[in-house]
Amino acid sequence: MKRLLKGGRVVDPAAGLDGVFDILIDGDRIAQVGSNLAQSLAEGGSVITIPAGLVICPGLIDMHVHLREPGQEHKETVATGTASAVAGGFTAVACMPNTNPVNDNAGVTELILRKAAEAKLARVYPIGAVSRGQKGEQLADIAELHAAGCVAVTDDGHPVATALLARRALEYTSMFNMPMIEHCEDQSLKTDGCAHEGPRAAELGLKGIPGAAESIMAARDILLAEMTGGHVHIAHMSAWTTLEAVRQGKARGVKVTCEVTPHHFTLTDDLLAEPLAYDTNTKMNPPLREARDRDAMLAGLKDGSIDVIATDHAPHHYDEKNVEYDRAPFGIVGLETAIPLVFDRLVHTGLIGVARVVELMSTNPAKILSIPGGTLAAGSLADITILAPDLEVTIDRARLRSRSKNTPFHGWTLRGGVAATIVGGRIVYSNPESGLQLDTDHA
Amino acid sequence: MDAASQPLTALRRKDLLGIADLSAEEIVLILDTADAMREVGQRAIKKVPTLRGRTVVNLFFEPSTRTRTSFEIAEKRLSADTLSVAIGTSSVVKGETLIDTAMTIEALGPSMIVMRHSSSGACHMLSRICRSGIINAGDGTHEHPTQALLDAYTIRDRKGRLQGLKVAIVGDLLHSRVLRSNILLLTRLGAEVWVCGPRTLIPTGIERMGVTVTTSVEAAVKDADVIMMLRIQLERMQGGFFPSLREYFTTFGMTEARVSRAKEDVMIMHPGPMNRGVEIASEVADGPFSVILDQVANGVAVRMAVLYLLAGGAEDEAAA
Repeated sequence: MKRLLKGGRVVDPAAGLDGVFDILIDGDRIAQVGSNLAQSLAEGGSVITIPAGLVICPGLIDMHVHLREPGQEHKETVATGTASAVAGGFTAVACMPNTNPVNDNAGVTELILRKAAEAKLARVYPIGAVSRGQKGEQLADIAELHAAGCVAVTDDGHPVATALLARRALEYTSMFNMPMIEHCEDQSLKTDGCAHEGPRAAELGLKGIPGAAESIMAARDILLAEMTGGHVHIAHMSAWTTLEAVRQGKARGVKVTCEVTPHHFTLTDDLLAEPLAYDTNTKMNPPLREARDRDAMLAGLKDGSIDVIATDHAPHHYDEKNVEYDRAPFGIVGLETAIPLVFDRLVHTGLIGVARVVELMSTNPAKILSIPGGTLAAGSLADITILAPDLEVTIDRARLRSRSKNTPFHGWTLRGGVAATIVGGRIVYSNPESGLQLDTDHA
Repeated sequence: MDAASQPLTALRRKDLLGIADLSAEEIVLILDTADAMREVGQRAIKKVPTLRGRTVVNLFFEPSTRTRTSFEIAEKRLSADTLSVAIGTSSVVKGETLIDTAMTIEALGPSMIVMRHSSSGACHMLSRICRSGIINAGDGTHEHPTQALLDAYTIRDRKGRLQGLKVAIVGDLLHSRVLRSNILLLTRLGAEVWVCGPRTLIPTGIERMGVTVTTSVEAAVKDADVIMMLRIQLERMQGGFFPSLREYFTTFGMTEARVSRAKEDVMIMHPGPMNRGVEIASEVADGPFSVILDQVANGVAVRMAVLYLLAGGAEDEAAA
């Protein structure tokens, strides 16, 4: 079946496109991008007219998501997580291996992929464990994980335990052209901290996690990537000193890439005190840091030293978060708040343009993980996100598709939303408030 | 005359979560009210009917002797019906959440809950869901507001003022809720606060609370009007914060020699329980400048004042 997206601003930095074009979809692929393609529907097909003001871009890819299945289905499942993803404009997500059991073998990888195929929403790319059981002792069966469909390895939730294991993982993954994703945290420095170490934590009497706990580990892995020629990807960067370490590594030609979350470029640890003191939805790992760190993240997004925006979507059940601050689990949901925050805080402030957003949220994640997508070039998968940059959105936790509602952004009004999400030519999400009324294609 | 220009006669708030929430005027009201309450404690029959018919629950999730007994005596002197729930006899050991425990207590209909808990912010969480007033009797390493109030009361009683006094607070700053409440209160009332301890026990960024930070105990106590000692928890040594108790005492312990650098009429304070020979020498603890037992006695009057004022103070009596 053919479909024509008619009009609309098409932004695809990978193909060098930024202008008003038609996009012809044939089945699950993009057939053509160009002007006045209506005649190509001579043999039949439908036309979707894109209202002015909307932006069509390659499908967004969130390379850092916790889908919690198997084992923690009370927080999220592959089905609810991918429903949340497409509502947030993501056509693909890469999911972290800290499930129960850990995704350290092909059986778990296959289960996740089967659940994703059943859900028929976003594409799911599993990420395998670096070490068996994520225990930091022995490498997981990484070749088997790769063959089963894993696109990277990580011990996320924890750092790769020792420099030796990280070295071996970087050497081993280089055989499969996979990155090792690092959750940077020196655990001896972190101790049992639960907030950024600084004046806020001092005043609130919360145990601190210094920025150096992150940067030390990032520096270790950048040196190891340099030594081995492997590719290290620094996850959810939060401290300005970590970004400095990445910049220095890049300047030396090390294969290092990095990501930042919307909450780390938006919030600071001031949110721990006000408006709701000790709200456990302000507790994440790495913690919200100081203005200096947050501002460094903004600068890195602007100057190109940050490669990716990823959400670190970390659903937790209400009961788990409804406890004392120091006892609550780390993490917030992020899939459905990412685009509003990106547009409101980065684009409408004039910090970056839409093309750079697409680079950060589609082109670069596709490149880093060596997965399809990230472009609208003819022949590519028809994974397309239609954005509504000027749509005013009020975040309402009750309306989140995610099974969990742990967000600090409840009640925030932001400018920027998602109009529709198309995966493999199928319309899997449509937001009538954007002015684009579409029927979704049911499975 | 509008309400705003009238002198304050009650705390128009449900809870006392921390000094951070109190204005200077509210602090002074509590201290002034404590004067009247102290007088009750000096009578032959130390009891007034103020809180008759009201129930106050003391909910202690951490062991405490002096704070709990001080609150209990204060409540009894005000004729409240009191009940103390200590961990170990509570449902918490059966895995119940704090919120469920609190809601269960709340369903019994108390007017106020006095709570101590090991987690910073635990009282804030409860205050949002409980109708009962919550009095923070110590939350984690965050605040211990009634301790700071009784300390201020004790200082004001001796010195007649807080404004312009140099107060040196010495000890484990990192893990002390007494420290944070005292910094907030003393700076709000115009005292000059110095804090001192080993670098490993100084919270990062504490200077932003408006205090002078030093690792020199000599500099901290020089010309001080008040020296306030903080307890060194013995398990901190195992945590690697300092090498030995002996070295702690030689470097930071409050000795007579160090006290002699302070003002002639210096007051020596300690919230207790003390480790003699660790943070404070016995000669100092028991010496002529020590007001440590006055602090304990004043604690009852200050807690009576807090209970009375949160319950509505004079306004409530007028309405009744």
